[in-house]
Amino acid sequence: MSKHDNPSTHHSDVLKPGPPAPVAPPRRRVGRRAPVALLIPAALGLAFLVLPLAGLLVRAPWSTLPQRLVAPGVLTALRLSLLTATIATVVCVVLGVPLAWVLARVDFRGRRIVRALITVPLVLPPVVGGVALLLVFGRKGIVGGWLNETFGITLAFTTAGVVIAEAFVAMPFLVIAVEGALRGADERYEEAAATLGAGRWTTFRRVTLPLVAPGVAAGAVLCWARALGEFGATITFAGNFPGRTQTMPLAVYLALEKDLESAIVLSLILLAVSVTILATLRDRWINTP
Amino acid sequence: MSTQLLSSTLAGRSSDRSAVALVGVSKVFGRGPDAVHALDKVSLTVAPGEFVCLVGASGCGKSTLLSLAAGLDTPSAGTIDVAGLGSPALMFQDPALFPWLTVAGNVGLPLRLRGMSRVERQARVAELLRVVHLEEFAKRQPHELSGGMRQRVALARTLGLASPVLLMDEPFGALDAMTRDILHDELERIWTERRLTVVFVTHNVREAARLGDRIVLLSSRPGRVVWERPVDIARPRRIDSPEVAAIAAEVTDRLRQEVRRHGR
Repeated sequence: MSKHDNPSTHHSDVLKPGPPAPVAPPRRRVGRRAPVALLIPAALGLAFLVLPLAGLLVRAPWSTLPQRLVAPGVLTALRLSLLTATIATVVCVVLGVPLAWVLARVDFRGRRIVRALITVPLVLPPVVGGVALLLVFGRKGIVGGWLNETFGITLAFTTAGVVIAEAFVAMPFLVIAVEGALRGADERYEEAAATLGAGRWTTFRRVTLPLVAPGVAAGAVLCWARALGEFGATITFAGNFPGRTQTMPLAVYLALEKDLESAIVLSLILLAVSVTILATLRDRWINTP
Repeated sequence: MSTQLLSSTLAGRSSDRSAVALVGVSKVFGRGPDAVHALDKVSLTVAPGEFVCLVGASGCGKSTLLSLAAGLDTPSAGTIDVAGLGSPALMFQDPALFPWLTVAGNVGLPLRLRGMSRVERQARVAELLRVVHLEEFAKRQPHELSGGMRQRVALARTLGLASPVLLMDEPFGALDAMTRDILHDELERIWTERRLTVVFVTHNVREAARLGDRIVLLSSRPGRVVWERPVDIARPRRIDSPEVAAIAAEVTDRLRQEVRRHGR
């Protein structure tokens, strides 16, 4: 049962150059001022993030807001956005949680490579992701061609295509969050479940899942937010058809070319809806101990 | 034919006579020069109804031995036989209560895993909680309980497995002396009432002398059985009695020799 229980060597290596360090006194934060060198960039960072949002509010056409809100295209785009982002999140949870479990709990060759591959959609420009999706799921793509010929199913430029594009871009957020939660989860609980006669699947369902539920919730929220804001992959793979594939970000972009004020209104709606939902979920799930 | 019959009855008898039988059990972690020989040809037989305490310096493989006996891990060599169906009950120092379940939910979990019906389960959980004197706490959450109470819940949960063998890995190691003393009484009572076989790992020699019918000393790295001694003190015992103290002193002496021999 000896792991690498020799932290003393590590410590002495670190401390060698200087005299033996005294034991650190208990931390005292109260009454100490934050250094200006940190406060100024912190304030600038906050302003940088908040000012554009304030700009939206300032320039909003408040007087005509009510009639713009009920303009025909707006609610359709909003409904489509919420629907596709939610379905995409469900898809990500159903596929991503088992994937995260495998990455966290199963020791296999090439695990690092798989983990790196999973994060690729994070760094890939979404437009490139959309092109890649077209090549695979498009009407002439490898999988898409087969689906089309065998079942007559077309994914590209449909609402299903929106879901696929959003799930593709958002899934890494979920996998990373859940894998982190699984790695941080105390394995004693799973061990205890094993001693209580639970098999691996039962342990996963009854112990692991409740244990990492906050992580899954946090990941799902991130995932949903990312899917809601998805633009590049969606417009490339699913196109921009009102009522079918035109989500809010696409509607904003389109409106921008014709009418700045309606673009502002659409942006405000998207902002309000996502902030409200995120704040609600955050209180309910993420902040629980 | 008669020899065959004889040998089969003998085999039957021998498994009757031991609740736990370890024969030549070795466990090696890792490979090559970095390999750690946690256990080396350990043989140990525990009779049904016996209370055996395993003591030894830290890192002597006591916990490894228990997790092997519990079937959580497989030995590198040797055989392990434990009485009862399924894997035996194992309890740790950490109660490992599931924080999202109530006390009753925790105790009921192994029953639920065995597919026991809701009604039957409720009755059984109530009975198990009565055994550990926690019947009023059924609806509480684990974080609302004291350390000693949590360990009682863990004990009730473990008893729910209805295993004739109870493996305990320093179960009271994190408790204060007073709570531990009370739990010793409780464990002794439950052990007697249910005619359990207990293998109890501890580094506390007084605890071993207070509880055990027999004390087995393990050496460290590799873990081997180096010495053992019956504890012939009448029960009920008290941890502060001179008899317990005398045996504890003897075990401590042996333990010291062992630790010194390993130059640590």
